[in-house]
Amino acid sequence: MTSYPTTWKRPPQIFKHRGWRIGLQIAVLAWFVLAIGSIDANWERIIAGGERGLRFVQGFLQPDFTSRWSDIRGGLIESLTMTFTSTIVGIAISIPIGIGAARNLAPRPVYYVCRSIIAVSRALQEVIVAIFFVAMFGFGPFAGFLTLTFATIGFIAKLLAEDIEGIDESQAEAVRATGASWLQLINYAVQPQVMPRLIGLSLYRFDINFRESAVIGIVGAGGIGATLNTAIDRYEYDSAGAILLIIIGIVLIAEYGSSYLRKFLQ
Amino acid sequence: MTGDFPKEWQYRTPKTKLLIWAFWLCMVAGFVYCWQVMTEGTIWYFVQDAPRQAADIGGRMWPPKLSYVPELMIPLWDTLNMATLGTMLGVILAVPVAFMAARNTTPSATFLRPLALFIIVASRSINSLIWALLLVAILGPGILAGIIAIGLRSIGFVGKLLYEAIEETDVTQIEAIRATGASPAQVLNYAIVPQIMPAFWGITVFRWDINIRESAILGLVGAGGLGLKLQASLNVLSWPQVTTILLLILITVVISEWVSARVRAALI
Amino acid sequence: MLSVEHLTKTYKTGDKALSDVSFTVEKGQVVGLIGPSGAGKSSLIRCVNRLVEPTSGAIKLNGTNLVGLGAGDLRRARRRIGMIFQEYALVERLTVMENVLSGRLGYVSFWQSFSRRYPATDVERAYRLLDRVGLIDHADKRADALSGGQRQRVGIARALSQEPELLLVDEPTASLDPKTSRQIMRLLIEICQERDLPAIVNIHDVPLAQQFMQRIIGLRAGAVVFDGTPDQLTEDVLTTIYGAEDWTAMRTGAAEDEQAERDAAREMARLGA
Repeated sequence: MTSYPTTWKRPPQIFKHRGWRIGLQIAVLAWFVLAIGSIDANWERIIAGGERGLRFVQGFLQPDFTSRWSDIRGGLIESLTMTFTSTIVGIAISIPIGIGAARNLAPRPVYYVCRSIIAVSRALQEVIVAIFFVAMFGFGPFAGFLTLTFATIGFIAKLLAEDIEGIDESQAEAVRATGASWLQLINYAVQPQVMPRLIGLSLYRFDINFRESAVIGIVGAGGIGATLNTAIDRYEYDSAGAILLIIIGIVLIAEYGSSYLRKFLQ
Repeated sequence: MTGDFPKEWQYRTPKTKLLIWAFWLCMVAGFVYCWQVMTEGTIWYFVQDAPRQAADIGGRMWPPKLSYVPELMIPLWDTLNMATLGTMLGVILAVPVAFMAARNTTPSATFLRPLALFIIVASRSINSLIWALLLVAILGPGILAGIIAIGLRSIGFVGKLLYEAIEETDVTQIEAIRATGASPAQVLNYAIVPQIMPAFWGITVFRWDINIRESAILGLVGAGGLGLKLQASLNVLSWPQVTTILLLILITVVISEWVSARVRAALI
Repeated sequence: MLSVEHLTKTYKTGDKALSDVSFTVEKGQVVGLIGPSGAGKSSLIRCVNRLVEPTSGAIKLNGTNLVGLGAGDLRRARRRIGMIFQEYALVERLTVMENVLSGRLGYVSFWQSFSRRYPATDVERAYRLLDRVGLIDHADKRADALSGGQRQRVGIARALSQEPELLLVDEPTASLDPKTSRQIMRLLIEICQERDLPAIVNIHDVPLAQQFMQRIIGLRAGAVVFDGTPDQLTEDVLTTIYGAEDWTAMRTGAAEDEQAERDAAREMARLGA
């Protein structure tokens, strides 16, 4: 009769070496203590802020749509027009760049140029880009439009390029075998395969652009963000609550609308 | 055999053709209208002047002021802490929300699930910069406001991806654990949690990477970190300092993206 | 001893999966459940441990009626019933040992299971069972690192670690190649004989059922149409169970399987040589 062990311990899954595990735990703990220590909260200020926090929650629960309605309306129109135009222009520019950034379609030099454009667009935060465009083009939605267009290019072109690189090669092969030109290849082999996803991505980006349009207003690029910034600066939390609820509502509508549209198109 | 074939081959039926034309017409009309509304207040003089402005700013920005870097180390530390602590806060809050939102684990589909979904949408719709703007007004400037802002924004992102992962778990593994007579808490621990663990870590690291970018600019509204220095430099029009800060942000973002990609690759 | 009495299951969609099914299984008896897909085999087996809620009827395991038990009593009843699944249903990302120990979940507290601190007897039993199914060297591996046949052995060990009074086996070989299928069936039968354990085995492969089962129950459209020994399973009976065409198709399918198995064996021999 063989005897079997009576204890079992789950073997470590990632760090097999005991020293590493303990070292890592100590390092994490040390960092955590230091990080918490560096928060340096001003408790008197926070306690004083409690009352304001309460007022904000009340403002959110009882939003005031009316007293600043003309500002809100102006901001919303700016945001929505900015979102719509920048999404369309952004996509129009993204398509050639996306094709150029697909390794299986573009010649090497074009590929590198397009990939660099994408990398630059993705590396820069919308808000930082907005600061520069505001400095160059002046305050207002035009700077916002440029910012969102710029950000859309990096987003759509990158995903489009990845999609094109992932197409079914055999279909492209078949079209190429008929002696089709490069443009015909794009039209017959690539477009049908990536179109549904491109539509989906565009709708998704519309949604993101609207949300971003609420942010870049804070640095002067127009839209609902500017209205919100003013409301918070004036401590008008009920108007701020109303604006936030409108943003949430529009994002919800955009999300449901796009999922419905995607189903409809398929 | 002589069939009665149509003389012309048509790609689409006339009706779909019409629909597609109508769609494009609407898009063009909408675009022109929106463009006009949007540019109503635009001062075209400034737009024409922009290339000159750009050249001017560009000229002032170069070279970056490297002697400014040591001064940026503490704000950088704050930025990294804000992102990491904020991610932790967000994840801790997001986990219960995700379990309430997932169809297969929600305790109440009629009341708690819609509430959880609303929390997710509200958090996703509102950028961390807006949360920071509010929290700075409430709590005063400092990285605490930044941490909470990052945390609140992360709930929606982590919550949404996590609840989708929970809904995609393999039912037979759960069934097998239930069949052994396990209690609901044990089913969670043995059948659901192991299945969502890779997704959980992937989502967390992914969000951490995004949060590094976002926390770098939260200082613009007073929530501490590199953004605070950026705001100060912009206010005094010290463009070489601005370049230095932007380069530092860029380097940090590239490194965090690399770390995040490595960790996610290791998880799969 | 298990007795199923007048068991009926109607799904919310109105589909009648089982109608008035009755039979008893004696201690140590292995019963094969055959029938075309959609005949209610899977529903029947899941009604026994109430993963599927029966609409009416009674299921008595050693005297206790499982139908109508409350949540706590049901959990206590389930731990007496071991279940083995078609797609193994191991928790892929846990180790083999954790999968085997998970059979004890009904017996230990949440904290014991959460901290993986199982009683010594449970751990010892788990090692013994892994040795019995020939996988003791794999205890610390993750379940998804094993082959199909090995995973099913872990599934068997998990069910046995419950110290069950009844085994429910749902298509144990559907995801396995013919050779491994036979090994797994042989192991199952041996284990049931060693422990005098009754078992219900869902099986779609009729020749396999005839080879290994002591008794066969044929289901058609949710009703029992045959109950007897494998010898009594004639062409006529099979035609009643499967319908004429399906049965012929299946027999050709089985022949192809055998052919494929022979080819594979020849191939292996050639590679080995």
